[in-house]
Amino acid sequence: MILGIDTSLGTAVAVTDVDGAVRAEVASADPLGHAEIIGSLLQQVMTDAAHGPIGATGVPETVTLTHVAAGMGPGPFTGLRVGIAAARAFALGRGIPVVPVRSHDAAALAILLADPFVDVPRFAVVTDARRREFAYTVYDGIDDDGLPRRVTEATLVPRDGIDDALAGHDADRRDVTAIPGAMVALAAARAVAADRVESLGEPLYLRAPDVTLPGARKKVGS
Amino acid sequence: MTREPLVLGIETSCDETGIGIVRGRTLLSNTIASSMDEHARYGGVVPEVAARAHLEALQPAIEAALAEAGVDLDDLDAVAVTSGPGLAGALMVGVGAAKALAVSLGKPLYAVNHLVGHIAADILTGDEVEYPTVALLVSGGHTSLLLVRDLVSDVELLGETMDDAAGEAFDKIARILGLPYPGGPEIDRAAASGDPQAIRFPRGMSRASDMAEHRYDFSFSGLKTAVARWVEQREAAGEPVSVPDVAASFREAVVDVLVTKALDACARHDVPRLLLGGGVIANKRLRDVALERAQAAGVSVRIPPLSLCTDNGAMIAALASELIMSGRPASTLAFGADSTLPVTTIQVEPSS
Ligand SMILES: [Zn+2]
Repeated sequence: MILGIDTSLGTAVAVTDVDGAVRAEVASADPLGHAEIIGSLLQQVMTDAAHGPIGATGVPETVTLTHVAAGMGPGPFTGLRVGIAAARAFALGRGIPVVPVRSHDAAALAILLADPFVDVPRFAVVTDARRREFAYTVYDGIDDDGLPRRVTEATLVPRDGIDDALAGHDADRRDVTAIPGAMVALAAARAVAADRVESLGEPLYLRAPDVTLPGARKKVGS
Repeated sequence: MTREPLVLGIETSCDETGIGIVRGRTLLSNTIASSMDEHARYGGVVPEVAARAHLEALQPAIEAALAEAGVDLDDLDAVAVTSGPGLAGALMVGVGAAKALAVSLGKPLYAVNHLVGHIAADILTGDEVEYPTVALLVSGGHTSLLLVRDLVSDVELLGETMDDAAGEAFDKIARILGLPYPGGPEIDRAAASGDPQAIRFPRGMSRASDMAEHRYDFSFSGLKTAVARWVEQREAAGEPVSVPDVAASFREAVVDVLVTKALDACARHDVPRLLLGGGVIANKRLRDVALERAQAAGVSVRIPPLSLCTDNGAMIAALASELIMSGRPASTLAFGADSTLPVTTIQVEPSS
């Protein structure tokens, strides 16, 4: 089983089997409060997952995780880091590896798998990046490993420039306000199966830290 | 619970990622990864830079601490973490990690107060620590004067800085004098050959009119302005500025006000004990003046080793260990990072 954690928008946590079957999934849409809620959500999915797949009514069994999938953003940094820190610490506690997942990949997977009978034309996952910007990543279908085919890297664009940017990629706009934890876990499971785990050491910050270098000494006057 | 709990503490309130492991009152590891170098070019701690560094440093620091202590995560009786006060974004990294580690291991979690952690550090020295004591905690993030009647149940805030922390004042004056960051050691070096009586800089919050409401509060912004103005006036008049004299006189003003207020608190509360903590305790002049004047006042001074004075995870583990040994239940999982957590909240969200 795989534990998926993402705090790039709200807070999303899920446990899935390696084939993607959802064992447990909980989320908070609150774009703040990640640190407050992450522990309770983790405890809840671990308890729920012990009862088997959703709908099953067996006696609780031990939840044996093989990986922890961490949504690496893009997203507002402060919240995003909470989930990544949690994923790394949880994995450390179990002695299992962390699989970094691009949060937009998980959102794209959700869009692509929503209806198996529909061919989804090229589209962009668009999320709020705050500061009057959007973050977007363009995708085109699903590849042989079951992973979304990424056409662009995650990119920041001013909000009023998003439609022009997407027109340039001939991509439909898909605004996303929640990253499903189960899709983070599934993207990780498929990456592991295909031996395509990315070595994303850092979150997808997309922005440098907001600092001003100290200039010349300011006069205080006399 | 064992009588001597094995606790891992996580501290990320400022620019040090601290992981400590204690068994009861015995220190097993005090592992610190500092991002200080990354802040040097900005002349002060940049919260976003600190938070990024915490995220990258946490896992290796936990692993290093476990290796040094010679224990496994499964051996732990509890996980402890700083809930506040401190930089919100930095604290959240530690809180997220601590909660996940506790749930992953199925161990209780203790969320504790950073400032009270500084007091708890003294326990790890192995000496018998007596209460009540006055505690003066001075760092780049805080300047607080506390009255500790009991470590786990009764800590009172006597006063704190109204503006800059003392450590910040050192950084800012260093910049005015063209010295690099961090300012504390640089000011110290420059002051070594200076005359501390050369310039009489103001002692903040020390006028008679301050004594009613701000007897134990501190202010360093006026001092900073006074130093800047003094330097500017000399430069404008084409007179030489003696960096050693300015550094020594500035340092004397800071040290004087810190020690005066701390000893005044000891006298007024009839407490013949003073505990020093926080990174600025590295300043030898502060230690020397505190020891000298405390002795004259009949006050005994405790100064833990510097590695336990600067921000660290061992003090967080030590405080949780004391809470456990006094029978306190774990915290719930619902707490957050509280950048202004009052010192009276020793443990955050204890479960009932
Ligand atoms: Zn501190």
